[in-house]
Amino acid sequence: MGKRLMKGNEAAVHGALMGGCTHFFGYPITPASEISQAAAYYFTAAGRTFLQAESEVSVINMLYGAASAGARVMTASSGPGIALMGEGLSYLAGAKLPSVVIDMQRAGPGLGNIWPEQSDYNMVVKGGGHGNYSNITLTPASAQEMFDFTRKAFELADKYRMTVFILSDAYIGQMMEPVEISGPVLHGQRKDWAVYGDAQSRENLISSIYMSPALQRKHNEELQHTYRQVEQEVVDYELYMADDAEIVFVAYGIVARICHSAVHALREQGIKASLLRPKTVFPFPKNVVEDFAKRRIPLAVVELSSGQMADDVSLAANGNVEVFRYLTMGGETPTVAELVASVQRDMATLGSRRSS
Amino acid sequence: MIGQVQKFGKSHSFYDIYERKGEGEQSTHYCPGCGHGTIQKLIAQAIDDLKIQDRTIFLSPVGCSVFAYYYYDTGNIQCSHGRAPAVATGVKRTVKDAIVISYQGDGDLAGIGMTEIVHAANRGEPITVFFINNAIYGMTGGQMAPTTPLGRKTLTTPFGRDRDRDGMPMGMAELMQAIAAPVFIERCSVATPKELLKTRKAVHKALQNQIDGKGFSFVEILSPCPTNWGMTPVDARTWMDQQMTLLYPLGNFRDAVVQQEEQPAEHEVPLWLDDEALVELLKGASDVPVMRMEPLSETQRVKIAGFGGQGVLSAGELVATCGMSEGLAVSWLPSYGPEMRGGSANVSVTLSMDEVGSPLVDHPNVLLVMNGPSLDHFEDQVVEHALVLVNSSIVTRKVRRTDVRTIYIPATELAQEAGLVSAANVVMVTAYLLISKAIPLDTLKRCIPLVLRKKAFLEKNLSLVERTMVYLQENGMV
Ligand SMILES: Cc1ncc(C[n+]2csc(CCOP(=O)(O)OP(=O)(O)O)c2C)c(N)n1
Ligand code: SF4
Repeated sequence: MGKRLMKGNEAAVHGALMGGCTHFFGYPITPASEISQAAAYYFTAAGRTFLQAESEVSVINMLYGAASAGARVMTASSGPGIALMGEGLSYLAGAKLPSVVIDMQRAGPGLGNIWPEQSDYNMVVKGGGHGNYSNITLTPASAQEMFDFTRKAFELADKYRMTVFILSDAYIGQMMEPVEISGPVLHGQRKDWAVYGDAQSRENLISSIYMSPALQRKHNEELQHTYRQVEQEVVDYELYMADDAEIVFVAYGIVARICHSAVHALREQGIKASLLRPKTVFPFPKNVVEDFAKRRIPLAVVELSSGQMADDVSLAANGNVEVFRYLTMGGETPTVAELVASVQRDMATLGSRRSS
Repeated sequence: MIGQVQKFGKSHSFYDIYERKGEGEQSTHYCPGCGHGTIQKLIAQAIDDLKIQDRTIFLSPVGCSVFAYYYYDTGNIQCSHGRAPAVATGVKRTVKDAIVISYQGDGDLAGIGMTEIVHAANRGEPITVFFINNAIYGMTGGQMAPTTPLGRKTLTTPFGRDRDRDGMPMGMAELMQAIAAPVFIERCSVATPKELLKTRKAVHKALQNQIDGKGFSFVEILSPCPTNWGMTPVDARTWMDQQMTLLYPLGNFRDAVVQQEEQPAEHEVPLWLDDEALVELLKGASDVPVMRMEPLSETQRVKIAGFGGQGVLSAGELVATCGMSEGLAVSWLPSYGPEMRGGSANVSVTLSMDEVGSPLVDHPNVLLVMNGPSLDHFEDQVVEHALVLVNSSIVTRKVRRTDVRTIYIPATELAQEAGLVSAANVVMVTAYLLISKAIPLDTLKRCIPLVLRKKAFLEKNLSLVERTMVYLQENGMV
């Protein structure tokens, strides 16, 4: 099958339609607007539904409505918009409605700027809205993965009745790469819990209310049970040149691509660097981190944030090994040369510390 | 008066026993004399009469009617505070035959949910909205609502609602009247048996409109909250009838046959594509043919920079497409946003035999500069022995670096001679590919039609490629 050169943003919309998504609700925000624009074209041309809502608050509630009626639904936004969706995301989780949300992260806090950061990690991975809940969170690092992960997201959302996030960044969205439009078109099935406005579904209720603490507790325990199941079944990552690792980068999205180059550059300098690239950050590949840590192989988290994912890495490493943090904020990205220099410096210090 | 209400009895559309409320429950959770119970019975009756029980999806708001799903034996969705019109939009656009009812209080609809109701109305969503105006936040214990009359004491206006501080009470039916799309707007009341009958008719009409697919219907119903008004049920209804109606005059505001604003121009709505047609739409015609792979002597880290409008991004796209068509791994990353607005644009393209790691090109080994500022900006970033191509029609100065290979080419002039005003980018790409031998000429020619937006200029572009090649040969550059 041939490939097309396309942007990650466009690839996501292709993935959505191949994944059986029928309803896209959007509100413009850089750097996610291109996704809504592509959806406006492709969803409409395909006879699916695209609607520009009046706000992100409305967007997430339109998702709530369409998902309640059994549709495969999605939206795309960036930090400020995702923050506005917080309450709605929590309702989706509470009512166990499947949905797909893309966050093309930009720099914050506040209006910040439109350059890439990875500072929505906590908001997206740890919930973002109120209450105890999680979102499955996929982290693509190429245009092809924007297609593949978005397509797959609808299956995961339906299976676990959860929101699936595609946590990406401005670079992955803007970048054009060859993309293969692969696989059969998927379709959502009729759901026995949804309300279709017919006799068969008349008894169904979509709600996140459990008036008695006992019932609310049971509901919460069930949700947590699903999340534990997701941790077993959905976790995904790539290990790159990890067999002989002396140090392992941990990075996702655009930064993983930079680390990929840094691995080669470091190996040319005689340092056996490797890369652990989480493809899911909820569930987080804790076991892999734990394993490196137990083998005393140092980890270097490279992240466009104050260290939000790095905290998860540290937690999994559990003090068994050094976790270096190469953090950049504000919309800048580290260069390969900078990463090489940082690793050389830290490996040297580590070497002298371990031998003394 | 409350006795009057009882005569409607229990509708089919209500459960006999409210199991969702509690085992064996037969009474609602509403306070004695509350308007919610009365109105919900009217709605249930209408659902029965219109035979739409199976088709109905009832949206409960946040407010005292949050538990409407205890009672309605229909499809039910409980919504977040104020957002029911957005939820209704999602539902109605998914199941078009469903009868979608949004039932909302005044805090819900006129306070937190003002945006959602206004826009749903403005889109003319073919749904039915029942707006229960009890001039108070009932569920939270009696705080001021947007509809609370001036001077009224509530928990958050202990000295009375003050115009200068709190603003004027909000007339939602009047506000709806300012929007073109709704087909039906009426304000009624449940204060007296006479008004109750009118309300009953309005409820019917608003639902019939949806059955008929007419458009957005809005019924505001003045409703007592004896508990938080601090009145007996009887006094509450008297106060409503005598005082509240002065502020909120009853009556029909609009009863249009069809939606008023027709679509300005007829436009075709594309039909649902089946799987095969969908795949065809997504794959497009421009599948890039992958040809024999030419080994690449060195990974190409290309930076192309110039003014916005010089075709910098499409030059990059052309290079990337050529690479892809040769079976190489490629990436294309533009500068974007504010940087573009400043009038300069640049793009990073990588062509590689192996997987592309970082798509960012920090240190290019190929630089194509289309204007002066780009040369100033990128000259120092290129690696030793890099290939630097300069559009000498526009860039007046020379390259200062002596450790790079520099080519000056009057790209804008060559393009203009070929009758193309903005094709300097094609000249630059052609020169780069031929000089570097990264991509053969045939591949370039094959890829131009895939990237070119204006197909009418294809022939001219192809002859410009030839012309550029001749120029390079004449000047001993290839
Ligand atoms: C986001 C959010 N803010 C506040 C609340 C608390 N709250 C619950 S009901 C309500 C007011 C409801 O008043 P109204 O819509 O007039 O309905 P009534 O109870 O009078 O029928 C408020 C503020 C909430 N549930 N959610
Ligand atoms: S508080 Fe008011 S609105 Fe709520 S149930 Fe009681 S009377 Fe009705």
